[in-house]
Amino acid sequence: MYLKSVLAASTAVMLAGPVMAEPTAEVLHWWTSGGEAKSVAVLQDQFKAEGGTWTDMPVAGGGGDAAMTALRARVLSGNAPTAVQLKGPAIQEWYEETGLADISAVADENNWADVLPAQIAEHMKCEGQWCAAPVNVHRVNWLWGNKQILDEHGIEMPTTWDEFNAAAEKLQEAGVTPLAHGGQAWQDATIFETVVLGLGGPEFFQKALVDLDPEALQSDTMKQVFDEMRTIRGYVDDNFSGRDWNLATAMVMNGEAAFQIMGDWAKGEFLAAGKEPGTDFVCAQTPGEGFLYNVDSFAFFELDGEDKQQGQALLAKLIMGPEFQKTFNLNKGSIPARTDVALDDFDSCAVESNKAMNAGAEDGSLLPSYAHGMALRGAPAGAITDVVTAHFNSDMSSDDAVQQLVDAVANAM
Amino acid sequence: MEWLERNVPKMVLAPSFVAIMIFVYGFIAWTAWISFTKSRLMPKYDLDGIGQYERLFAAPRWDVAMNNLFIFGGLFIVISMAIGLALAIFLDQKIRAEGVLRTIYLYPMALSLIVTGTAWKWILNPGLGIQETVRGWGFESFTFDWIIRPDMAIYVIVLAAVWQASGFVMALFLAGLRSVDGEIIRAAQVDGIPTHRIYSAIIIPTMAPIFLSAFIVLAHLAIKAFDLVIALTGGGPGYATDLPATYMYAMAFSRGDLGQAASSAMIMMMVIFAIVVPYLYSELRPRHDK
Amino acid sequence: MTSKTMLRAGLYLILILFALFYLMPLFVMLTTSLKSLEEIRTGSLLALPRDITFAPWVEAWSTACAGTQCEGLRPFFWNSVLMAVPAVMISTVVGALNGYVFAQWRFRGANLFFAMILFGCFIPFQVVLLPMAQMLGLMGLAGSIPGLIFVHVIYGLGFTTLFFRNYYVTIPQELVRAAKVDGAGFFRIFWSIFLPISLPIITVSVIWQFTQIWNDFLFGVSFSGAGSQPVTVALNNIVNSTTGVKAYNVDMAAAIIAALPTLLVYVVAGKYFIRGLTAGSVKG
Repeated sequence: MYLKSVLAASTAVMLAGPVMAEPTAEVLHWWTSGGEAKSVAVLQDQFKAEGGTWTDMPVAGGGGDAAMTALRARVLSGNAPTAVQLKGPAIQEWYEETGLADISAVADENNWADVLPAQIAEHMKCEGQWCAAPVNVHRVNWLWGNKQILDEHGIEMPTTWDEFNAAAEKLQEAGVTPLAHGGQAWQDATIFETVVLGLGGPEFFQKALVDLDPEALQSDTMKQVFDEMRTIRGYVDDNFSGRDWNLATAMVMNGEAAFQIMGDWAKGEFLAAGKEPGTDFVCAQTPGEGFLYNVDSFAFFELDGEDKQQGQALLAKLIMGPEFQKTFNLNKGSIPARTDVALDDFDSCAVESNKAMNAGAEDGSLLPSYAHGMALRGAPAGAITDVVTAHFNSDMSSDDAVQQLVDAVANAM
Repeated sequence: MEWLERNVPKMVLAPSFVAIMIFVYGFIAWTAWISFTKSRLMPKYDLDGIGQYERLFAAPRWDVAMNNLFIFGGLFIVISMAIGLALAIFLDQKIRAEGVLRTIYLYPMALSLIVTGTAWKWILNPGLGIQETVRGWGFESFTFDWIIRPDMAIYVIVLAAVWQASGFVMALFLAGLRSVDGEIIRAAQVDGIPTHRIYSAIIIPTMAPIFLSAFIVLAHLAIKAFDLVIALTGGGPGYATDLPATYMYAMAFSRGDLGQAASSAMIMMMVIFAIVVPYLYSELRPRHDK
Repeated sequence: MTSKTMLRAGLYLILILFALFYLMPLFVMLTTSLKSLEEIRTGSLLALPRDITFAPWVEAWSTACAGTQCEGLRPFFWNSVLMAVPAVMISTVVGALNGYVFAQWRFRGANLFFAMILFGCFIPFQVVLLPMAQMLGLMGLAGSIPGLIFVHVIYGLGFTTLFFRNYYVTIPQELVRAAKVDGAGFFRIFWSIFLPISLPIITVSVIWQFTQIWNDFLFGVSFSGAGSQPVTVALNNIVNSTTGVKAYNVDMAAAIIAALPTLLVYVVAGKYFIRGLTAGSVKG
């Protein structure tokens, strides 16, 4: 019996021998629900249509924390997934520690260098070779407003933080919660970085949150930033702790609050609820100039096996395909990473986002988001977030916060 | 053959011995090694001195986590024991429907906080849960907003942990009460000793081993508390409810700072050692053979 | 009313208040899972459902999406069964044999080794994740259900050994000596003397292990591959939606479904659990 099955198996192997390998991919991602899951399903369908076999490995939770835990376990056990959702400097960090597959062939063949903004292309490269494929570009520094409330109180979208404060005071006197916010560390950090950008300008942002220049970190500007954070703390409702961001968005949608500071994934919520930009809600960049980007991307581990390598190449090609870039981003609220995708079907906020991205690429105000892991590696970014969230959720003074910030960054290096 | 017969017990234990040596002590040694390296995303094995420990002790967040462990651990163990013992004594009074009540008290242990986390979050949320409901009954000034206050949030964690484990402690104590020799109690009752004296002077002292068992189970839960924090507060507000286990996890897996995570794990391990070893010693010291 | 009946009334009142406290989260989960989303949004959290609907339960079981796969919890539920049942059985058997040795066949160093096993109960699982991943890779068990079974057996050993050792230690050693004189060997004595009286402690061990293993998330998420993810991981994928309107009723239904086996074990076997604890493990 045993012998027979061994024989059968080996015949099968011999027969299957020299056939061309079919592309296969096991994809580790944390887009498990709603529009995101639908978007991944689109990719999966395209992959299958090209003759590939897709194995789905979704791990949700903690904004990718659980997925990263799984990823480490998988890599250490010598069982790395074919493709994994990775972004920002983490891509290069993984490249240095374990190596990533070189997908330059696909990238060159499809002229990625010509269709991606240079800053964003740089994130996809490891020592000059392409090692990741971008899916989208989120703009982080958005201010969302409830049109009806703003009109009612005669408030324009603010263009400076002073204007924002004035508007918030006015709303508060009228008994409206000015700012919908969820008290989770990354949301606190999101507000923080938009304030840094707004009060300090793009150059200061670059110095403080990308280069981690100690002088910038302990400057008076940084103190002002923390002062403004304290002021903003007064504009959120009592019940904000631990609230998920989409619940905060719902508050703006339902007229329970006037503003929210959040990346353009919040727009996906508005659109999904059938709200129209310009009539139901308004979008504007947070006070100040610049464009903070958050780019989702997929990276590929070095694997043996023709089928897997082909799967990686096919996946990379499809992810950067205009078709997928359009469908995915319509679902998710972001804009395509490719600059040559027609934006006819996109809403006015997305079009504006695209304009700002192109302008920012020219004048140097296109900057990586620190709060969303685009600017810094995990340890220093986390150290900054610790200080920001501790300050926001306590009565720490701005001076103390600045001191802690400098110490924490030094300690994380 | 005789040799075999004599050594069978050791051979039965051998697989477990090997497994424990590798998967517990080997891994602790591995962690210790990593804590002396500059490992970031993935383990690296080049030794680099005690830098990780210096960084650890310089981090304010770690202080908060350690303080929380003592507040949380202390309160959780004491309150769970007190409630567990009280409920066990109450249930021991020939209560009707004891079986139903016992099951109700015990069931939380069956559930993971991943399952009950959302429900707890709602109940504790001032705008949705108890506070809102009680205010809805007309008590406008009723306030229960611990979960959003950095100074009080840790007590919410204690509350949920007590909810989960106190029923189990009740079961342990009830089992203990039931195993006390009925003769002695009856004799005491005949002598006219009041019930509370019977409990405090006769029954409870015989249950010393149960206190120890309960302590070990509770200490184990307290040190491993992780899901609880993630489900209820995510460590917030700020990092006010961080515990060593969540700190370590954040460092290792969301920050890519493995060396730092390993050093925090080693400190955790030392705390465990300091608590557990005296217990083990007192439990296992040679006694007169029965 | 005499003071005696007053006292008893007070006693019942306290017991019932505690019962309400323990039931509260389950109550919230259950009622929410039976409401429509509309009713959840408009109604009070603690209110009973006006129109009971079972649609969320059906969705959670068979059509809720976890990633691109929209088959609900059903396939993952089966993974958990395949993982938990062997792991519980193996760790209980090994624990029983270990406990038997520690209690009745003492040798030099046995106490030290027992202490070492117990200390192993306290190791935080976050610590062992990465080295364990490496070991599983070496053993070729990575990303598979056998790998998960292996991990759960290893880290369950401490508690099962503790249970059985504390139970068997109360049995007089004369029994073993007498049996040895009669020519019975190690396994023979275990089989015919110890096993027959072990039902209560087996119950304790099985309940404890089953609860731990079924509810585990950390090992499940780290050591499973596509297709072997246990139900807790799927639950997490369903519940942790980051976009779109949260289907709280489906989330709650999914949570209860994922918890049903352990709940059932506690409700059905809870009585034996207490009996098992009474019978031995508390006597140190």
